[in-house]
Amino acid sequence: MTDRAPTVDPGPAPGASPAGEEFIAPGHSLESVTDKISHLVLTRRTPRGWWIGFAISFLLAMLLVPSVGVLLAKGTGVWGLNVPVGWAFAIINFVWWIGIGHAGTLISAILLLLRQEWRTSINRFAEAMTLFAVTCAGLYPLLHMGRPWLFYWLLPYPNTMGTWPQFRSPLVWDVFAVTTYATVSALFWYVGLIPDFATLRDRAKSLPFKRVYGILALGWRGAARHWDRYETAYLLLAGLATPLVVSVHTVVSFDFAAGIVPGWHATIFPPYFVAGAIFAGFAMVLTLAIPLRQFYDLGDFITRRHLENMGKVLLATGLIVAYGYAMEFFFGWYSGSEYEHSMLSNRLSGPYRNYFFALMVCNVLAPQLLWIKRCRTHMGWLFLVAMFVNVGMWLERFVIVVVSLSRDFLPSSWDLYEPTKWDWGLYVGTIGLFLTLIFLFIRFLPVISIFEMRTLAPQSSEGNGDEADEAADREGGAS
Amino acid sequence: MDLQLVRDRLAGKRGRDYWQALDQLAEEEPFREWVRGEWPSVAEGFLDPVGRRGFLKTMGASLALAGLGACTRQPREAILPYARDPEDMIPGRPEYFATSIPLMGAGLGVLVESHMGRPTKIEGNPDHPSSLGAADAIAQAAVLDLYDPDRSQVVLRAGRIDSMSNFLGDLRQQLDVQRSKGGIGLRVLTGTVTSPTLARQLRELRAELPQMKWHQWEPVNRDAARAGALAAFGRDVATRYDLSRADVVVALDADFLAVGPARVRHARDFAARRDRDGEAGMNRLYAVEPRPTVTGAQADHRVPLRASRVPAFARALLAAVRGADAGDLAGLGPKPGWIAALARDLRRAGPRAAVLAGEGQPPEVHALVHVLHAELGSVGTTVELTDPVEPEPVDQAASVRELCDDMRAGAVEVLVMLGGNPVYDAPYDVGFEAALDRVPFRVHWGLQEDETSQRCHWHVPAAHFLEAWSDARAHDGTVGIVQPLIAPLYAGISDHEMVAALAGRPGVTGYELVRETWAAEVGDAELELWWQRALHDGVAAGTRLDPVDPGAPREPGAGQGVAPEGLELVLYPDPTVWDGRFANNGWLQECPKPITLQTWDNAALVAPATAERLGVETGDVVRLRTTERLLDVPVMVVPGVAGDVLALSLGYGRRHAGRLAEGAGVDAFQLRAADAAWVVPGVEARAGHGRRKLVTTQDHHSMEGRDLVRVQPAAAPLVAARHGADEHGSGDAHAAEGHAPGEHGAAAEAAGGHGDTSIYPPHPLDNRATGEGYAWGMVIDLNACLGCNACQVACQSENNVPVVGREEVALGREMHWIRVDRYFEEQEGETRVLNQPVPCMHCENAPCEVVCPVGATVHGPEGLNEMVYNRCVGTRYCSNNCPYKVRRFNFYRYVDDEPSVALQRNPDVTVRTRGVMEKCTYCVQRINQGRIGAKREDRELRDGEVQTACQATCPASAIHFGDLNDPGSRVSRLRERPEHYAILEELNTKPRTTYLARFTNRNPEIEAL
Repeated sequence: MTDRAPTVDPGPAPGASPAGEEFIAPGHSLESVTDKISHLVLTRRTPRGWWIGFAISFLLAMLLVPSVGVLLAKGTGVWGLNVPVGWAFAIINFVWWIGIGHAGTLISAILLLLRQEWRTSINRFAEAMTLFAVTCAGLYPLLHMGRPWLFYWLLPYPNTMGTWPQFRSPLVWDVFAVTTYATVSALFWYVGLIPDFATLRDRAKSLPFKRVYGILALGWRGAARHWDRYETAYLLLAGLATPLVVSVHTVVSFDFAAGIVPGWHATIFPPYFVAGAIFAGFAMVLTLAIPLRQFYDLGDFITRRHLENMGKVLLATGLIVAYGYAMEFFFGWYSGSEYEHSMLSNRLSGPYRNYFFALMVCNVLAPQLLWIKRCRTHMGWLFLVAMFVNVGMWLERFVIVVVSLSRDFLPSSWDLYEPTKWDWGLYVGTIGLFLTLIFLFIRFLPVISIFEMRTLAPQSSEGNGDEADEAADREGGAS
Repeated sequence: MDLQLVRDRLAGKRGRDYWQALDQLAEEEPFREWVRGEWPSVAEGFLDPVGRRGFLKTMGASLALAGLGACTRQPREAILPYARDPEDMIPGRPEYFATSIPLMGAGLGVLVESHMGRPTKIEGNPDHPSSLGAADAIAQAAVLDLYDPDRSQVVLRAGRIDSMSNFLGDLRQQLDVQRSKGGIGLRVLTGTVTSPTLARQLRELRAELPQMKWHQWEPVNRDAARAGALAAFGRDVATRYDLSRADVVVALDADFLAVGPARVRHARDFAARRDRDGEAGMNRLYAVEPRPTVTGAQADHRVPLRASRVPAFARALLAAVRGADAGDLAGLGPKPGWIAALARDLRRAGPRAAVLAGEGQPPEVHALVHVLHAELGSVGTTVELTDPVEPEPVDQAASVRELCDDMRAGAVEVLVMLGGNPVYDAPYDVGFEAALDRVPFRVHWGLQEDETSQRCHWHVPAAHFLEAWSDARAHDGTVGIVQPLIAPLYAGISDHEMVAALAGRPGVTGYELVRETWAAEVGDAELELWWQRALHDGVAAGTRLDPVDPGAPREPGAGQGVAPEGLELVLYPDPTVWDGRFANNGWLQECPKPITLQTWDNAALVAPATAERLGVETGDVVRLRTTERLLDVPVMVVPGVAGDVLALSLGYGRRHAGRLAEGAGVDAFQLRAADAAWVVPGVEARAGHGRRKLVTTQDHHSMEGRDLVRVQPAAAPLVAARHGADEHGSGDAHAAEGHAPGEHGAAAEAAGGHGDTSIYPPHPLDNRATGEGYAWGMVIDLNACLGCNACQVACQSENNVPVVGREEVALGREMHWIRVDRYFEEQEGETRVLNQPVPCMHCENAPCEVVCPVGATVHGPEGLNEMVYNRCVGTRYCSNNCPYKVRRFNFYRYVDDEPSVALQRNPDVTVRTRGVMEKCTYCVQRINQGRIGAKREDRELRDGEVQTACQATCPASAIHFGDLNDPGSRVSRLRERPEHYAILEELNTKPRTTYLARFTNRNPEIEAL
């Protein structure tokens, strides 16, 4: 049953299109696609590399236990915060993780709606990455509070205290933005997985696996009705997720833009943050995809063409971000405000100037390599640039959050921030958690959407009874 | 025998008696039998002393129930419940008692707030001549000493707990021997004594034992002033200044606004004359000093000068005042002709001039000042000469030296030290510590177990001045009775009771002793009325010392001649821990020291140029080498220190003083010799001995050209200072447009205020907008503010502000609700120190309020920006968004759980927990208390009726608080003044706390040089 080709998003008949060939290696049939991807989960012996990687990630994730434990037991003081720097690692990392998540949503939703069929091979793990990144991000706003056990006071719920959140605060908007984002991302990811869960259920050899995948597949039989409803649901979710790509990071940027701190209070923040988020997200997708492709021999599905496309997105968003930096400086200068001027000179020549210059190297200079096609298509170069961007986007938030706060209006209050071991512990711990989840995902779920990949296989142009309808749909959509 | 019987036997026994009775009981056969019957298993081990001990311990508690009757600690004597309240005692309402703090050689009159018998807060006594209602940081922090958990609590014999009766027995034996010898081997060492009762007691003791000797030693004393008076007049006189009448004031290394018995009074009188528009005109202050001081920061002309050059300066000044040409004394004034210009200014002021010499200066300078006053004719107007305030002034350095010589010679058999800590603070060259060991019977009476008590046979805990009866003379001689507010928390007794014990009258109470003194003064018949008045007012009328006429002063002979070259070390009493006695006081340790804003440490202050020459920077540890001693000291670079001078404060490096004191700072007494008590010449400083992180509350010292502290010449017509008002348009409309005060539309003010450019209408519930009800506001007069930080401690004790400790301050997490920002500014070659107290601004458009996600900081109708601690979840967004950075976050659970410290807390103010933001509330509890009082009388609050804690204590009256909706209120009128401005008003925060610009009154002649 599951061999039936799905009707969703077939794209141009891949066999016929030379472009299509580049998104899947030649010679793949429906069968071979399913075999190859489900093999990773079901039949392949867990490679030693996986165990090593998982062990390291898990150990890093275990750093969360003391980091969170000490934090809750003692208080926010275990971090390096002070007055004036009331926010630092927690908020930096929150924004960083949320930003990383954005690429997944962009790839799944917007590229789906734009019918960029090349997304197919990367959307699954990009979405997983989103979900895991949001999980990591979600920890921070909770933990950074002075009294985390009262986090629910930020939610509007009827209570005997007669209190209500203060809706003028961007932090309340954040709560809505992030919870919505997490919910939609999880749904989107899960819905997309349902047909593949069914495939795994059918192919699993051991009973427990059959059971678990069976429950997760929600009784999917691949009936036409299923496909029909699935498709509608998926498109609807994509439609829901699309504005989130823009809104979530816009709201996150309001945390800063709505404040009056020089270096925060700028109208450019929403678009600049969204571009930055996509920039960061694609960097992280590349960071994950390149090793995955290498170690699991997925070069057939994640082709150079994919990577090159992602490199192009990276370059484009990187340029937008660079433009954002330039505008920040321009308007800082143009404002005529002495506080803005001083903020700029503080970035360039203040005690944290090295962070700023490192940021420029990582986010502005490094991506320029991607103008060169050889770099765009070379795994090593791409990976290197992606790593630069990962670091650079973290530095960007550091510069915005810490450097701005450390020197604001009254020089008497200026003070520096220095992260403590618990700051680092929590950060490294969430990286560990993220990688752990990624490793588990690779091991237990199909990292590439099986059924969608099959639409790329040449065979799918035959045996698809609905092709005429599909073509009509496409034309309808296009007209 | 049964349980009831046992209980009956133990009934009425307490403490030691109880255990003795229990022990006795255990020896008896019927009891053993009963135990065998009741607890056979225990009885086995009963004969074994260890087993029995355990049994008695376990049983003690349950048996004790019979003895005590209840679990609470009640006295055995019949007590009565409050069936009828004592008059005026309303539960929940504080009472205030007048008393005096004996400190710096005189009493400072204070009012102490007491909540249900717990003293919680010290404020100045408006009726007391030294206070006039104000108090400094040290006086206010004294209440914390009362509750210091490290205070000495029990009688110690060689470091082990013992009983008072054993001590008294031991003492009696020793005294009996002494009595037979006329007291030849008895020595009593006290600090500076101003208490008439203590002096009477010691004199009586000396009359009884004519061979005994009474020595006085306190590291900060008036030896130099005394010697100076002796040199000038041949007799000891005290100089009393009336700065409210002084037009020109010259401070010769004199920090008269922060140090000395009259400091608070000086500050009040001096600040009153800084008012440019006052009737008497603005005064002018010249300061010549080796290190930056509170006084120097106020000076219109300040000259950094090596301490050893000040005598020469004083001589040159005298010569110039007499008309000689002083221009040839190169290197003394900053410019040629400077001293002559100053002298002309002094001459012009004539009797309305005052010259003050610091305690750190040699007698020669003090004598020269007397001559200068005579020359100018100031005696009788700005200066009065009186008998010394102390009943028995002595040369204390000589006194302690004599004692040490006697001790070394073995002549001292019994040494009783009443307070003080000479092992720590005596000059090193008198060898106190080594000599002390030769005394066969040594007793130390003090508030703390300290370096001295450790080396004594007996240590007797002192009663705190809030626990004991005494009396003290103010700087002008006015007597204040010290009355206790609380029974001694521990086993402490007062110094009067100690001396009574020496005199063979143990058990006589301090109350009786003090009354005896005054019964003799005022007569038995008058006593009761006199006593009650004195207690109530805090001052005894008519006890002020009258001026004396010691005749014309003689000009002193030249001192040492040529001042030594090379580095010199200037020692000075620490602005917070003083001579070390407050080293275990958390409020004072954390209170930033004026100018340096250092906390928890001391450091050698050096000028930038000197530091460069020595190759050191702030935090580098240098090794100081005097002729005889070595000391490793961290260096702090501070502009305003004279060249080639290192300035180090006393009072740190305590070796045995309590948890907070130990490990803080370096002990400058190590370098302090008797004959070089304040200035140590010929010091070598070698860099390269490591680093120490010095902790300050402010890390950036320049205003960065921002319009924060406005300074304007008093003589010039007022213009908007710098760019603030005109460039941003929103603010100081008067100044910018040259409006006369009051011309500005009151209607516009009422309709939302200050030329509002916001498109939003004012909040309908805002009293300022409606013009009804109270609208609180604060105006801080930077012209008056001294930067003494008294307000910080006042706020801390009023508002239960926690002490966070050295490490947390280093991280930038100090909790003070009001801070005094200090900026350095270079102007015409002088380093100017600018102070700016910053409490919460209570912005009308508060940036903190909009960003709080849970509405934990909200706006009240009276304009207060209110913190709801219970609602706060601790996102810290409000702090980030506060442009004034006045919010303070509880990063940990900072509140001290020590039960004794908890007694100090103000019950009207919430104690904040971890994870909660807090900040200045304008003392909302005081506003509400005032409001309740006014409502009961069915009237509005009067202007000035509600005083915030910082305002009430300010020695300079720099802080004003009141209702902006009342056009006649002081704050409203001050806000109309042309020098009125707000900081960061271009952000349209519309702060309720605003400032009056500072004026300088520079001498045009010197300007023209």
